[in-house]
Amino acid sequence: MEIREEVQALGAIGLRRRYRVLVAKLGLDGHDRGAKVVARALKDAGFEVIYTGIKQTPEMVVRSAIQEDVDVIGISILSGAHMALVPEVLRLLKEYGADDIPVVVGGIIPWEDAVKLKSMGASEVFFPDTPLSLIIEKIRELAEKRRKGLE
Amino acid sequence: MVRAGYKDRLDRFLTDSGIEIKTVYTPLDIASTSYFEKIGLPGQYPFTRGIHYNMYRGKIWTIRQFSGFGTPEDTNKRLKYLVEHGETGLSIAFDEVTLLGLDPDHPLAVGEVGVEGVSVASLWDMDVLFKDIDMGKITTNMTINPPAPVMLSFYVAVARSRGVPDHMIGGTTQNDQLKEFIGQKTYVFPPRPALKIGVDVIEWSIRNLPKWNPISISGYHIYEAGATPVQELAFTLADGIEYVREMIRRGYDVDSFAPRLSFFFVAGINIFEHVAKFRAARRMWAKIMRDWFGAKKARSMWLRFHAQTSGVELRAIEPYNNIIRVTLQALAAVLGGAQSLHTNAFDEALALPTEFSAKLALRTQQIIAYESGVADTVDPLAGSYYIEWLTDKIEEEAWKIIDRIESMGGMLEAIEKGYPQREITESAYRRQREIEEMRKIIVGVNAFKGELLENEVKIPLLEIDEPAVRAHQIARLKKLKSSRDQAKVNTALTELERAAMRGENIVPYVYNAAISLATLGEIMGVLRNVYGEWSEPIIY
Repeated sequence: MEIREEVQALGAIGLRRRYRVLVAKLGLDGHDRGAKVVARALKDAGFEVIYTGIKQTPEMVVRSAIQEDVDVIGISILSGAHMALVPEVLRLLKEYGADDIPVVVGGIIPWEDAVKLKSMGASEVFFPDTPLSLIIEKIRELAEKRRKGLE
Repeated sequence: MVRAGYKDRLDRFLTDSGIEIKTVYTPLDIASTSYFEKIGLPGQYPFTRGIHYNMYRGKIWTIRQFSGFGTPEDTNKRLKYLVEHGETGLSIAFDEVTLLGLDPDHPLAVGEVGVEGVSVASLWDMDVLFKDIDMGKITTNMTINPPAPVMLSFYVAVARSRGVPDHMIGGTTQNDQLKEFIGQKTYVFPPRPALKIGVDVIEWSIRNLPKWNPISISGYHIYEAGATPVQELAFTLADGIEYVREMIRRGYDVDSFAPRLSFFFVAGINIFEHVAKFRAARRMWAKIMRDWFGAKKARSMWLRFHAQTSGVELRAIEPYNNIIRVTLQALAAVLGGAQSLHTNAFDEALALPTEFSAKLALRTQQIIAYESGVADTVDPLAGSYYIEWLTDKIEEEAWKIIDRIESMGGMLEAIEKGYPQREITESAYRRQREIEEMRKIIVGVNAFKGELLENEVKIPLLEIDEPAVRAHQIARLKKLKSSRDQAKVNTALTELERAAMRGENIVPYVYNAAISLATLGEIMGVLRNVYGEWSEPIIY
């Protein structure tokens, strides 16, 4: 059997490549504890994780997400710059025709800002106390939904 | 023998560093501890019980609230408000743009100016920040690392311009370049030049500013990034050892600079463990200074420290509970003998503090200091079988880590290999899992959860109009650039570049550039060109 057919057959029975998530620290702050804990938890839960490291711009995040063909983008931000930077990520995804990739945001984000970010198109906003199990579950749902949408 | 009591709640009781705690402690647990060798009296080697003989009976710790947001005008107002309510020292929180040595008109500054601290890009900004504040009387801590030489220059130049003599300029530049690679991560230069710059600041300060603490060797950010109390202690002392070695390599006698070194630790909610950590820290540093480096002066052996209550232990859910958490954390700092303290505000799991929450945090310290009675005798927990056992245990565990770092060739090498970074990432992950698996109870978060009241969800938060702050800061920057003597700025920057390339101490050249009205971004730009920039290995 050709390799391509083999992959397609695997896909048909649900054994396709693992969900791929980009975990990115957006903005200038170096507080990477949360991002690393989430990246690690996703990895342990069987996701393929690409962690960008700190000091990422919206342009860098969107470019890596497209290049790496990820299923979900996870953004971590503490500095308070989320209202300037996250909408820019959402805008760029649209501009590059990649707004099928869902974006989740986590960090020190006031409640009102979370509501605004969701109305702008962020799929989920997680807070400092959101359990990892919930984050993993939501990301899995979003990834599944995206894959189905692409079929 | 009849044993009355319930079955233990847990299979094992552990401290946050993973040290197993016994049911009860007795004199047998400290039988091998020699009182005079390991504990002694306050003010005497090994200083386990405190650096002064009477500690807070003589002077209450300095109440130094970390503050900064928006424009220098905004922060100036907050500083005065805190002083008016009894704050006794200042501590400046800079925004990320300033911490990374960029100007507010830099493209990466969009969204970040004044949101996580105050924006300070020039001598003019520093002048506004300290408007109507007596820089000869109050001491100021500046949490600034790669740009420490620049911010110190701005501060000293403003103080001098107001006629404050050098011997009266007091305060601290955090200037702990090595900890940036482990926690906080506001590094700019690679580790080796970073260490060089940090030591330049120490050297310049001991020559020029007799009251200045040129470095605050910091465990705080290492803890906040995930370290356990034992790891925080070990990594911090290992960083300190590296600075001392570098100064000695430059030909300084240890007693000529060691009295000016200071430390910064976290005060966590696990009270006894943090008290034991502070006591072990003093004993270990005294030993390192005396036995490793041959210090003769008692002051060289003192581990003086500022403490800040842990931010990462605060919770966004039911935020008012944080008031209680901060009180307990602050108690750990005071029982542990801190020289100065910052108590976080209860809303800091959500945003920077409002005027109200900042005042409440300040009041927390005053209530502990003046109402609780804990400041009336020195080291009141000493002699507790548990505390002395735990102090010994923490010391033992911390030495193991320091020995490991020494065997790698020191902290610089360990950082380049990613050792401390890996260890604390591991600890952070372990801690989070403990919470999720209910092995660690956080009230209101993973246990005792109920319906949230409306005023627990919608608490008033400090809002910063970032575009307005940025526009304000850029406008002042433009004005500064159009009013200065550009030729003078160019000369100062060229001289700085040459000095850096020759490997000289850069601080005098940074100072000259600062008073010629070169900006933070311009000065750091020159240094970036010479030393290069660091990007860390990805470890998670």
